[in-house]
Amino acid sequence: MAPVAPKSGDAIFASVDRVNAELFTLTYGAIVRQLLTDLEEVEEVNKQLDQMGYNIGVRLVDEFLAKSNVSRCVDFRETAEVIAKVGFKMFLGVTASVTNWDAEGTTCSIILEDNPLVDFVELPDTCQGLYYCNILSGVIRGALEMVSMKTEVTWLRDMLRGDDVFELQVKLLKQVPEEYPYKDDE
Amino acid sequence: MIGVGKIKQYTNVLDRPLSKGKQEVSLSAFAFLFSELVQYNQTQVDNIAELERRLEDAGYAVGARVLELLCHREKGNRRETRLLGILSFIHSTVWKVLFGKVADSLEKGTEHEDEYMISEKELLLNRFISIPKDMGAFNCGAFVAGIVKGVLDNAGFPAVVTAHFVPVDGQQRPRTTILIKFAEEVLQREARLG
Repeated sequence: MAPVAPKSGDAIFASVDRVNAELFTLTYGAIVRQLLTDLEEVEEVNKQLDQMGYNIGVRLVDEFLAKSNVSRCVDFRETAEVIAKVGFKMFLGVTASVTNWDAEGTTCSIILEDNPLVDFVELPDTCQGLYYCNILSGVIRGALEMVSMKTEVTWLRDMLRGDDVFELQVKLLKQVPEEYPYKDDE
Repeated sequence: MIGVGKIKQYTNVLDRPLSKGKQEVSLSAFAFLFSELVQYNQTQVDNIAELERRLEDAGYAVGARVLELLCHREKGNRRETRLLGILSFIHSTVWKVLFGKVADSLEKGTEHEDEYMISEKELLLNRFISIPKDMGAFNCGAFVAGIVKGVLDNAGFPAVVTAHFVPVDGQQRPRTTILIKFAEEVLQREARLG
């Protein structure tokens, strides 16, 4: 049987159940607000958002692989392209672009012009160190870790802080070979 | 390209044009986010009542904002002053915008004058959630109850809103009912308005 060809991000987005982006935005805002009230320290909130994103990413990657039928990515370049074009489109309904590749091909920037998480949001002066969308960096990190890539994801540009786009830097730290949980000779 | 200027940067978020509200995200993205919300709150509390209260508080904030957004966008800034008006606003407009469909039913309580119920066969939120037996009657619909409470409170109709599971014959999963109990002053005002 011929392998099923990978579907484009648009096609998958059209086929999944969708929900109003504003509900999503407002729920995320409620989460960030709860974290700020409980934890009070902006750094702590950043870390907690990243951790939540990590938990989501770990489960999200299964759904992503199941719905999108992408074949195994040959290298990190392809991985980044797939995340930006298919992944973001499939879940958030927006397309991102990949730029700024370094010489070895291990670091790149994912640029988001449109971000449903930050509709209606303004950072007050008391929260200037907050990475409001830090959950996204956790999601990418968690998802890639489940496919054996250890990465570091940081924010380079943030629209809530006055920049014109959202820019995430994804750096591949190492490829972890898959370990089998059992020994062959047992 | 000649003639293409830089997109105007709005410094104040209130100056930006309001979106039409047609943008969508995938249901699974929302489900993941909501599950993280519930999981985080589970670590912060010791019992179910607290957990429901925290979810309700989160929903309250959402409700307050939804009311403002929808009043401005859908109703041209007209304010509801009658009880039935605000209830049907919630039952149709709010539900349609948030969940993509109007609520299944809106009923008036038979035992008490101040009780109304909005029912839904399966809340969008609860679709991917299963409650373990030891959590008893906990319902993640507390978040939706919070949204309704936020809308009502900010529209000037203070009420106590809770979410309950109601088993239905012939259906495997119970349906969810949002029970709204209005404060005394609301009923008095309603009676005065005639």
